[in-house]
Order: sequence, then C-alpha cells, then structure tokens
Amino acid sequence: MTGNQGGFQDWLREDRLPHIYCTGCGNGTVINCTLDAVDKMGWTPENTVFISGIGCSSRAPGYIVTDSLHTTHGRAIPFATGVKLSRPDLHVVVFTGDGDLAAIGGNHFIHACRRNIDLTVVCMNNFIYGMTGGQGSPCTPMGAISTTTPYGCNEPPFDLASLAVAAGANYVSRWTSYHVRELTKAIRAGLETPGFSLIEAVVQCPTGYGRKNRLREAGAMVAWMRDNAVLMQKWRRMQEEGLPLPSGAFPVGEFVRRNLPAMGVLE
Amino acid sequence: MQGNTACAEGALAAGCRFFGGYPITPSTEIAELMARRMPKVGGTFVQMEDELASIASVIGASWTGTRAMTATSGPGFSLMMENIGYAIMTETPCVIVDVQRGGPSTGQPTRAAQGDMMQCRFGSHGDTSIIAVSPASVQEMYELTAKAFDLADRYRVPTFVMTDEIIGHMRERIAIPDAVGITPRRPLEQGSLPFAAGEDGVPGFPAFGNGYGVHVTGLTHDERGYPSSTDPHVHARLVSRLVEKVEGARREMADFTVTNPDAEVVFISYGAPVRSVEQAIRDMDDGRIGHLRLRVVWPFPDFALAAFTSARVFLMPELNLGQMAREAARLTNVPVVPVPEIGGELHLPDRLIALAEGYL
Amino acid sequence: MRHEVRFSGFGGQGIILSAVILGRAAAIHDGKNAVQTQVYGPEARGGASMSAVIIDDEPILYPEVTSPDVYVIMSQEGFLKYGAGAPESAVMLLDAELVQDRPSCRYHAVPATSEAKNTLKKVIVANIVMLGALVATTGIVSEAAIEKAVLDSVPKGTEDLNLQALRLGFDLGRRSMKDEAA
Repeated sequence: MTGNQGGFQDWLREDRLPHIYCTGCGNGTVINCTLDAVDKMGWTPENTVFISGIGCSSRAPGYIVTDSLHTTHGRAIPFATGVKLSRPDLHVVVFTGDGDLAAIGGNHFIHACRRNIDLTVVCMNNFIYGMTGGQGSPCTPMGAISTTTPYGCNEPPFDLASLAVAAGANYVSRWTSYHVRELTKAIRAGLETPGFSLIEAVVQCPTGYGRKNRLREAGAMVAWMRDNAVLMQKWRRMQEEGLPLPSGAFPVGEFVRRNLPAMGVLE
Repeated sequence: MQGNTACAEGALAAGCRFFGGYPITPSTEIAELMARRMPKVGGTFVQMEDELASIASVIGASWTGTRAMTATSGPGFSLMMENIGYAIMTETPCVIVDVQRGGPSTGQPTRAAQGDMMQCRFGSHGDTSIIAVSPASVQEMYELTAKAFDLADRYRVPTFVMTDEIIGHMRERIAIPDAVGITPRRPLEQGSLPFAAGEDGVPGFPAFGNGYGVHVTGLTHDERGYPSSTDPHVHARLVSRLVEKVEGARREMADFTVTNPDAEVVFISYGAPVRSVEQAIRDMDDGRIGHLRLRVVWPFPDFALAAFTSARVFLMPELNLGQMAREAARLTNVPVVPVPEIGGELHLPDRLIALAEGYL
Repeated sequence: MRHEVRFSGFGGQGIILSAVILGRAAAIHDGKNAVQTQVYGPEARGGASMSAVIIDDEPILYPEVTSPDVYVIMSQEGFLKYGAGAPESAVMLLDAELVQDRPSCRYHAVPATSEAKNTLKKVIVANIVMLGALVATTGIVSEAAIEKAVLDSVPKGTEDLNLQALRLGFDLGRRSMKDEAA
C-alpha cells in the first residue's frame, strides 16, 4: 500500500532484512514516507543522522544506512540535542513512538519544543506499547482494551500534536499511515522548517491494539483511520460552528507552521 | 582558584567542547563556568531539563567526535545511571564529574562525602567496568579532569572524576601548565567493522558525519554494530571485551604514589582524606607510617598493595562507611581496616595518628 | 607558621568573599600558601555562614581549620555558633554593632557596619572594612597584598569604594590597637 514513490530503497540496509515488524504493521509505511521525504530534500547518508529511543518505531534507524543512535527508552531527543548542537551541519531526524515520546520521554519532548531545537521528530502513534505486547500508553483512547487496561482505558489520552504546538514547536502536523502522500509532504515540510518539527503519524498495530479492539485485520484499522480522520479545515469549521464532533474522530493536517526563534540552526 | 573552577578549566584545556548539565549543589559552579567560557572557545553549553537529558546530550555530542562532559552530585548521578550503562555498552568516550555530597537521597547538599564510589563502579545494570580518578587538591582537579578525557578517549569508556564538596569548593593557588598533553581519539579505519577491536580491545572511533554509516545501539550487537540480542556467544564476547579492555589495562593506566614502602602500618587514601593522611605523616615525622595514595581509583591497582612488603595492616580513611576498603580487602591477605567519617567533616590528623599508634 | 582564620556572619554579608580575598592576598601577592574553605547552608541570605583561611609558609596539607587563632565575627548568631568557644590565646575582630557578646580572648570591637553605613553610605562594604581592620591589627598579610587582592576580587566600577572601605578599616584597626595599648 505504500507504493514505490522515490529513492527510499537506497537508504535501507539490505543486510539487515528481514525486519522485526509484524505483518500489517504501519511503521514500515512511515519509515518509507520519511526516507522518501529525506531523499527529496537532497540530503545524503553522510550528512543525515537518525536517532531513536526504545520500542517498535525506534528500531527504524537500524534499517537505515546513515549514522544512527538507537538509545535508551524515552531519551532519543536529548541524545539528538547533543548531536545537533555539536554538529549543526548534520540533519537530525528522530523516530519515536507514543510511549517513548509521551510517557517516559514526555519531559524531554516538551523541553525540546520549548527550545525549538532544529530536529524533526516523526512519532509513530499506535496507541499502545507494541514491543512489550500491547500495554496501555498515554495515547490509548478512553475505553480501549489493552493488557494493562483490561476493562477499558479509564485515563484520557494526550493529544501529541496540540501538546507540541502549546510547547512552542515551529512545525506540527498529524496524518496517518492511510494518508501516504500527505504524510510524506508533511514530513518534508517538517524537514524544511528550521526549529522543532513534530509529525505525528497514527499507525495501525493489528497485533498489539487491533486484536483487542475489534480491528483484527490491518485493513480494518486502516479503514478506521480513513473514516475517523477529519481534515483540519473541516474540523476547525465544525468547531467554529459548534457542530458535534463525532466520537472517535480526530483532526489531521497541519497544526502549526511558524518561525519562532530556534536553536541549533546552522547560520 | 576554586576546585570546581579548576575542574572546568582543566576540561577546557583538554579540548572539551560540549557541556550538558543541570544545576545541583555542590557541583553547580562547574556548569556556571562552562556557560561563561564555552561560547568563547567555540564550544557548546546547554542546560538540559534534568540529569537524564544531560548525560544523553553528552553522549550524543561525543558521537560527533567532540570531547564532552557533564557534572553533577549524588541525586543527579543516580538519575544518570541508565545512560551511563548505554555509554559503556556503546563505547562512548565521555567524562562525568561527581562532586560528592552526603547521601543517601537528598542527604547533605552542602557537605562532603565519598559515598558514590561503588555507585560509579557498579551503579549501572549488567557487567561493566569504568575508569575513575579522584583529585586531592585544586591542582589535581585541573590535572586529573584533563587526564580523564585522555583515558575516556583511549579506552572508549565513561570516565569519572570522583571528587567531593571539600575539594570542589576549596580554593588554593594552582600552577596552570602551558599546555595539556592531548591524545586524540583514534579514528576507525575506513572499511573496518565499527565494533571490531584489535588486541587492546578498543575499536577505532567512527565519528558521525564522516560517511561511516555506523549504527550505534545499546542492544547487544555484533562487530558490525547490528543488534544480536539473543545469541549467547555474541553477548559473552562483547561484554567480556568491554570489561577486559579496562580491567586488563589497570597497570597501564595506574596512577598512585607510595610513601614509606617498608612501613608496617599503611594508610590507603584518595580524594580529600589524602590531605589528612599526609598531615598525619608529616606530624609524626618518623617514617613509621606508609601511604598508598590513589589518583586513579578504578580500576583499583591491586598490585600496588604488594609494594608494602612489611605491611601488617592497611588503614583506609574514607568519607563513607568503608566502600573502597571492601575492594582493597578483596585484593590482599593483609587486614584492611576501614576508617569511616561521615557527616561532612574530614578525618582529623590527630585521630589518624592515634589510630596508627595503636597498631605500631 | 600556620595561621587559621575563621570568618562568620550571616549570609549576604560577604563572609565567603572576605576569606577568598584574604587567601588571595596571602597566596598570590604575599607568596605564602593559603587554602580557603567554607561551610554554608541552604540559605543564600541570613543564617550563620562560616568561611576559613589557612595561611602557612609551608605547603598546607590538612585543609580544614581545627583551632583558629584569628576570628572575624560579624553577627551575634555567628558569634554563638562559631566564636563563643574561641580559646584565650586567640584574637577576635567583631562587629561592634552586630555582635552583642564579647569573648574571653583578646578582641577588637570594630564599628565596621555602622562606619560603612554612615561614612561610606554603603553597608555592603562592611566586610571590606572588617578586612582592613583585620590586617591592621594582626599583620597576617601585608597591607599592599590585601589592597591588590581587594582590587582583583571586587566588581568593576566599585574599586574606589572598596579601597576606601579597606583603608577605613586600616584606620579603625590602628585606632583599636592604640586604645588597647593605652
């Protein structure tokens, strides 16, 4: 479903295949979209660094030919901060997930937004801890079943994109693994924008999330994303007009693009 | 000059060009000086949001080939432990200064201690080895911090400056050398596997941005750097090498002095208590007391104990309840007696003299 | 000859800076050895703070003060905590206004704070006045050395004020010596 749109295959370590991702996983789509965007920027494996924390999403740098750091749980952004501030000429991209970014790494996340440090963070939000077998995360929707919310999640989730906007990031957008072209464009916009960029990519995890929440097939999850994603313009119009926002629906599109003072930008 | 100032200046002289830190008493002066000085030498100072982030930023900076450091004290040191393990596993050179204060927990923020000696050695999970130095004067704060960078680069291992509030905050005159000898990090030969080591167990360093395309992971990895986390042989080979490259080099990196090797009663000391022992020996002025004073404390120079051929007892004054004494006791058949002092005061020389007299 | 000087007062009086300046005068400008240490609590202002300087012709091994022979006390709380136990052989300089008690050893009650306030209109330099009196009464470092050390240590633009304070302290110290002799 990703299609072969560009030169992303040049960026993959073929000697690391096969990868660890489950059949139907959405992470591969996001990795391809990211590499496609990086390739379109004209960046090279010599001047691009991928950095990640722990979790399924964070395994991505291991499949990419550039210099890369697969770090500790939640800490990818401060590692990336050290790389970027020491070598502002390198392009630094962080792969993370909802648990890595919003739970254990939440404080680093908001402070990186505040500093507006010149990193692009691609967060694969699958609503769950996939690698450890489907535990609830700070992004698990209310009522959803996970191994640690067996009676339905009773905590409200974080809205990662809005959090990044409030904390000061220069570029924020959200798409899903259904919206391949839009996601690729959004990542490219994040790479182009000086300062901190967050691209939240909602992805399907049929194994850890779908199975327990009546979305067993990958296709069913992708359809769920398609049906519940509301374009930002429409979402805002509905809000302004006081129309009821359908339960389970979420906005996709660009949350913010601005030019606040940023750190680590090559002068 | 103050001890903490000398530490920062020694680091800068050794080419440190990245400091990531978080304020904590009694180490804060190091961060403050770095904040002022780094921009003037073309380096980077960043105040991170906590100590987990501080050490993470230091490790990230080190992978660009930059000499990088952080400074902290007990509570912050505890927070750094996981990422210190990451630096050990990924063979990332970096320098961590711990200006020790009374613990556990928040303890005594403004009083000296040496309670983190075992934590620096064993604080991270898994089997590890690290290097630690311990200065006993403001002059040594400068010299040993500079030396820590060379050791960290030479062995590609986190290197600790284990100092304390007394040395960190006291002021003494120091002689700043015209230049500090710097041995640059040995680069990886292009075409070599990034985690394949030669005889000394230390691989060349593939700094980011040079086209090496190195994948660095805290997972157990093979010589290519690729995760291989279920193969017992890969794990045993890697972790054994990480430990052996340090433990096997303990003679090469040893740094200690021996006073009165024929003495029957011998003090072993490092850090601030060195000053008490030296005063006691000068006051006694009869050569009957020996002294082994350590500048490199980890790896512990086991062979140095054998220099005291007539020793009947080793007395070990420490600002803790007997941490390094346990290590010394493990390495000799001569009895090792801990001489603890906790609460922030340094051992009185008269107390040490009375103690030694009791054994003579 | 080893001298141990203990300073005490409340936080914010410049008790630590006084010790730093004295140590610098001895070590940098008088060519002796000096070690400066301090004890401080969590308060940045108030509380009883203590700092110390050891001055010796020989290298200083043990860096802590154990039996001070000179005390400089600038608050009543500091006196109770760090000055009251001074041995008879010691000499103490105390702020005449801020310290109510008097020790059993030789002492000079120096009106440092009131003179700083009234004559110099800057109470903040009371510690420098005290340093001047200390040097004039004990000769522990030379007047030239302490002058240089004060100039090394104070913020730019305050050199004249601090030098004035120091010299005022010299005068107060000499006056006190004369009173004592009379």
